Amino acid sequence: MAAFVPLSDDKRGRLARAWDSDIFWSFRHSPVAVGASLVALILILAAVLAPVIAPQNPFDPASLNLMEGFSRPGEPNAVTGRTFIFGSDSFGRDLYSAILYGSRVSLLVGFASVVFSVVLGVGLGLLSGYAGGRLDALIMRIADIQLSFPAILIALLVFGVARGLIPPAHHEQIAIAVLILAIGLSNWAQYARTVRGSTLVEKNKEYVQSARVMGRSQFVIMTRHVLPNVAGPVLVIATINLALAVIEEATLSFLGVGVPPTQPSLGTLIRVGQQFLFSGEWWILFFPAVALILLALSINLLGDWLRDALNPKLR
Amino acid sequence: MIAYILRSIVQAVVVMLAVALIAFAMFRFVGDPVANMVGQEASVADRAELAERLGLNEPVIVQFAHFVADAARGQFGMSYRQGRPVADLLIERLPATVELAVLSALFALVVGIAFGVYTAVRRHGVFAHAVMSLSLIGVSLPTFLIGIGLIYLFAVELRWLPSFGRGEVVKLGWWSTGLLTESGRKSLIMPTLTLAFYQLTLIMRLVRAEMLEALRAEYVKFARARGLPERSIWFRHALRNTMIPVTTIAGLQLGSVIAFAIVTESVFQWPGLGSLFVQAVQFVDIPVMAAYLMFVALVFVVVNLAVDMLYFVLDPRLRGIALAAAR
Repeated sequence: MAAFVPLSDDKRGRLARAWDSDIFWSFRHSPVAVGASLVALILILAAVLAPVIAPQNPFDPASLNLMEGFSRPGEPNAVTGRTFIFGSDSFGRDLYSAILYGSRVSLLVGFASVVFSVVLGVGLGLLSGYAGGRLDALIMRIADIQLSFPAILIALLVFGVARGLIPPAHHEQIAIAVLILAIGLSNWAQYARTVRGSTLVEKNKEYVQSARVMGRSQFVIMTRHVLPNVAGPVLVIATINLALAVIEEATLSFLGVGVPPTQPSLGTLIRVGQQFLFSGEWWILFFPAVALILLALSINLLGDWLRDALNPKLR
Repeated sequence: MIAYILRSIVQAVVVMLAVALIAFAMFRFVGDPVANMVGQEASVADRAELAERLGLNEPVIVQFAHFVADAARGQFGMSYRQGRPVADLLIERLPATVELAVLSALFALVVGIAFGVYTAVRRHGVFAHAVMSLSLIGVSLPTFLIGIGLIYLFAVELRWLPSFGRGEVVKLGWWSTGLLTESGRKSLIMPTLTLAFYQLTLIMRLVRAEMLEALRAEYVKFARARGLPERSIWFRHALRNTMIPVTTIAGLQLGSVIAFAIVTESVFQWPGLGSLFVQAVQFVDIPVMAAYLMFVALVFVVVNLAVDMLYFVLDPRLRGIALAAAR
């Protein structure tokens, strides 16, 4: 057997080589990508660190003072003299803290549901492409039918059915898990279709045949050999879907079928804020909405850039 | 062509049966239909009798056959929450949703095509650039925020338009319309804009891309060489050839019209099918959910069939192929 020959004799560390790679070159030269990833990073960090950086725990009733209700943003409260940069809601809850905690829930649901749909979609897509035959036809037919129905409709249906199956006493406890399940189940088909397509191409290549000749099991060939070669597009879809999942979660929570009011996400905050639109307390709605838009937009732009960077043909 | 149509119809029936199976499974296995229909005090005998009357003791396959037969006649049982036949609820809510969806689809189509043609032929103009950038931002905005933004502008600040409901409606038989009264028409404006927005951007981008492609084609060069006026080249030659992909996408987008109608109707408290469905999900009103699912599937299947048929009208080449295949 021939000795292993590295493709390049670059002696520098992995990080330095990664910095010089095509993808980082394109990243450094795209102001939109740099800006979007900065915004996304700040928002994600702020959400993760919410318990540390938030001025109050907005969902601990003991920390709320009703006298501070409806404080205008950036102005000292008339009674207590405390200043809320984004204002406060009817309970005197600091909106800045509420947004930090809210984006935590939004991002948690977004990430978890994307992971769930990637695992499900990639698994079924690999199986479908590799096994072929009736199983392939069945999985793809289901994916076709599901893709023609809008994700939000499927998520609502899954949510409703899950609620029907679970005793009402547990609704609040597992609401977030149900939400992740609902959003994840509504988005798997796209991954399955993409992965199946690339698997069909890959499975006839020589390295797969060699692996087969070497007597490796079907499962190992699928997961160790084919999977890494079909993973590229999955990353792009996953990034764009993260933005979609965050919006989907916000929409469900806005409709009042998402997370319980005890753990509000950005969508719940917007739902609450809408009630105060007519009485002039615009900030209760405005700041959570801006946070949601920034989050969705920055992830979306990042996904767009990734798609172009990984697929130069599209440019 | 007849073989082609027949095949499309068979496919449609298969999809409907698959969706009916899901609806039936929800109906039969989520929660206990008997417990949902009788009170807490019902005796065991009462329950057994009701189960017998509902046919719950028959084999599942027979139950499914009954379910399909009932669904085909529009019978979906009683709503758990409202205690009324689901069919009545659907019919009551249908006109509101249809009016909203049709108006916004028309609006999206007309404005989308106009903007698409404009941004293609005046590609480097300031206005075209502005429209394109706006559409990019618009696509990433959640629908409900667009609706809330419109409410804030036109209902709270300017006080021009009502923020919720359908306004006054006029009854025409079983149909109720908001188009005949001023308050009804005013109430339609904001929901229509909200619902149309996403499709509008989509159609516009598609028409623009297809137009740019078409304007590079040989037949356009030939038309120019013949000295035809630009206007006639744009609309009579290039635009016509963009209509096939636009029809496909606009048709397939009907699914998302329904999805955004769910959200739009909730934002504007529009008394349509979408808000009925959201309420059904909140209260786990399974018969209403199942019926709504069947309704959406039916709309989807019918539109797909219609799009398939439209190809023949729009693309004369297909007729030749179908005829050749049939021979």
